[in-house]
Amino acid sequence: MTTVTPYRSTAREARDGFGQVLHAEWTKFRTVRGWVIGMILAVLVTAGLGVFLARASSPSCSSQTSSGQQGPVQHGAACGGPVYTVGPGGTLVQDEFYFVRQPLAGNGSITVRMTSLTELGREEVNGQLAGSLLVPWSKAGIIIKDGTSQGSAYAAMMATGGNGVRMQWNYTGDTPGLPGAVSAASPRWLRLTRDGDTITGYDSADGTHWTQVGTVALAGLPSTVQAGLFVNSPLYRTYSSSLGTGNVSDSPTEATGVFDHVSRTGTWPASAWTGTSIGGEDLGVAQGERGYQQVADRFTVTGSGDIAPLIAGALNGGPNITVRDYLLGTFAGLIAVAVVAAMFMTAEYRRGLIRTTLTASPDRGRVLAAKAIVIGSAAFVAGLAAAAGAVLIGTDIAHSNGTDLFPEPWPTELRIIAGTAALVAVAAVFTLAVATMVRRSGSAILIVIVAIVIPFVLSAPPGIPTGLTDWLLRITPAAAFALQQPAPQYYQVQANYMPSSGYFPLAPWTGFAVLCGWTALALVGAAYLLRRRDA
Amino acid sequence: MSHVREPNGRVAVWTEDRRRSDEGGQRLKAARRQAGQTLHAEWTKLRTLASTGWLLLAAAALTIAVSTAADAAATCPSGGCQADPAKLSLTGVQAGQAIVDVIAVPAVSNEYSTGMVRVTLTAMPRRLTVLAAKAALIAGLVLAAGAVAVLASVLAGRLILPGHGFTPAHGYPPLSLGNGPELRAACGSVLYLALIALLSLGIATAVRESAVAIGLVLGLLYLFPVVTSVVSNQHWQRHLEQIGPMSAGLYIQATANLSSLPLTPWQGLGVLALWAAGALTIGALIFRFRDA
Repeated sequence: MTTVTPYRSTAREARDGFGQVLHAEWTKFRTVRGWVIGMILAVLVTAGLGVFLARASSPSCSSQTSSGQQGPVQHGAACGGPVYTVGPGGTLVQDEFYFVRQPLAGNGSITVRMTSLTELGREEVNGQLAGSLLVPWSKAGIIIKDGTSQGSAYAAMMATGGNGVRMQWNYTGDTPGLPGAVSAASPRWLRLTRDGDTITGYDSADGTHWTQVGTVALAGLPSTVQAGLFVNSPLYRTYSSSLGTGNVSDSPTEATGVFDHVSRTGTWPASAWTGTSIGGEDLGVAQGERGYQQVADRFTVTGSGDIAPLIAGALNGGPNITVRDYLLGTFAGLIAVAVVAAMFMTAEYRRGLIRTTLTASPDRGRVLAAKAIVIGSAAFVAGLAAAAGAVLIGTDIAHSNGTDLFPEPWPTELRIIAGTAALVAVAAVFTLAVATMVRRSGSAILIVIVAIVIPFVLSAPPGIPTGLTDWLLRITPAAAFALQQPAPQYYQVQANYMPSSGYFPLAPWTGFAVLCGWTALALVGAAYLLRRRDA
Repeated sequence: MSHVREPNGRVAVWTEDRRRSDEGGQRLKAARRQAGQTLHAEWTKLRTLASTGWLLLAAAALTIAVSTAADAAATCPSGGCQADPAKLSLTGVQAGQAIVDVIAVPAVSNEYSTGMVRVTLTAMPRRLTVLAAKAALIAGLVLAAGAVAVLASVLAGRLILPGHGFTPAHGYPPLSLGNGPELRAACGSVLYLALIALLSLGIATAVRESAVAIGLVLGLLYLFPVVTSVVSNQHWQRHLEQIGPMSAGLYIQATANLSSLPLTPWQGLGVLALWAAGALTIGALIFRFRDA
């Protein structure tokens, strides 16, 4: 008698873990030729446009023209090649003011009373006298500075045209002091003390009750520094846009500050004050108009220019081109990635594969998670290659043909490249979730394009009111394009902070959080519908 | 010579000549009937697709919403502004065209995704007639929806803009379709949307897959305005604007500073028409010679 053993496969029992689902989804993605081609196309389109833009925005003398421009612009980027002042820490800065100074040896302090700050601007701006518009960031006060060379370290206490008393240092630092405008009725007392590398600023309304505004350390300050009174007044700029092109119109302004009760402690080896115009040869203001008068203890100082960081981007004082411009093709690559991401889900329904997929892995949430990880990772790699290609090759081209490119500190450059990859990856997951909900690739693509691409495309060229684009770039998933912002927005410098120049209404990672929020919502909806619905 | 007995019993003598002319007439009549039937069949397909109506409504709604939002966000300070109020009040066309694109694409891609195309071509073997019928119907539908959207956008501009500084005192009389340039901008925007639909139809016929077609069309449209915004070389900038289907096509909306444009408004719309004709031709050739 023979016993019959039923057939048993000799193959090992397959494990039923998340790893298997992930592997299955990866195999599906990898083996569809069109999807891999789509991803490669996304990289080529984005990087290729970056290279094209780097070549097409090479310097040309006519590029600086802007129709409404009046007076010289502080570009420094004429056809002869840009010459910018570099401040502490490598920031590009503007350092132009009138300086009434004496050397200060070792530690010491300077105290003054200010009784007036007025504008002297006389250039016409759009038919109005600029003089009647007090430039809000005209500055007058006291300063301690590492020598008289442009771009050297400093700390200053000042009254401003419209922002009260401030303490500022090294071009980008700013702390508010007493609010309100300075006048004979409400004078402002200012004091700076130096102790080694540390400079402390105080203000007072009456000269007896002092408040500390701030204290800063200026590394490497020499033992003898220049200290004294300063006045500056930045360009008055107005922006307009028509028919897709932006225009800037600049007028030089001048401010006059009146100081008295000048008192000093410490060692001041010079016997008299010296008046020096720091920079400002190209301000469009006659040299003779800047200067100072001393009558007994009373100083009247007139100056022009600004002590501030240069602002990058189109229609601003700094370099016009930033690496963000080379990444404008991101939206086209994003469309290609979104098409692949949508079809990665809708093809399951089209071919009926979804029934096999869900039989093999009945936990539907897990299938969705595996798909999201696969498409997100693939999109991240594609986005990284595209962004790195566009930025690195673009920068290389810019250096070789002398483009006026804003130098990016490496952490910002890293954030722009990795951020672009993250934007593409999360947008792909968003598309996948939308496609799971609507199940048709055409509708999914439409939703993603309306939500992400159109807000960006409407805001990229100038011409559409910023009220609308600001609002779109705050609430739609397109807010994540803020990750490509090339430079910080300084509230203490008036500039063209518009999306068309590379500035976004939200901070980089806040904007990214908006996209992540929308994606999380879409994923929850997709998981719910995938579980509830018949496949 | 052939003898045919006519219904009244008379024997008619048909000359070769007469028969040929009669066959020609029959053929013409048959072709006309077939074209009419094709049109009717395509109309039934489009009409019974639930999404068509919704998408037409959505295209009009998005156009009007974005136009109104742009009007509400615009300001014209007392110092004067260089804005073009007609163009401003038609801003929504730039967003609405995305949905117009999506109306046109499924008319072709759905045929392929469902396999319907084999039935269609069995019933109506003249492929070019089928494509022409689709093109005529979609253009007609988009013209109707576009007219509603554009009229409402202009009306919104007329009502909202004077409250934001666009007053006769600043040199901006209220928008009116009685003015030549503004009428041109409005009618041209409707035609613009119809041409976008035809461009989409052509590309969709060529690539067949709806998501790919939509992505291609919108990528092509939005690429030129975005790229030209940072190209500082003016020579390049002008050329890119001249050849871009969206940047050139939207010249039709300009009513001010016409001399600064690289093309006249109608020439600009002509560039878009060339793109649409090119896409339809390529689509038709591929459709004609490819296996369904």
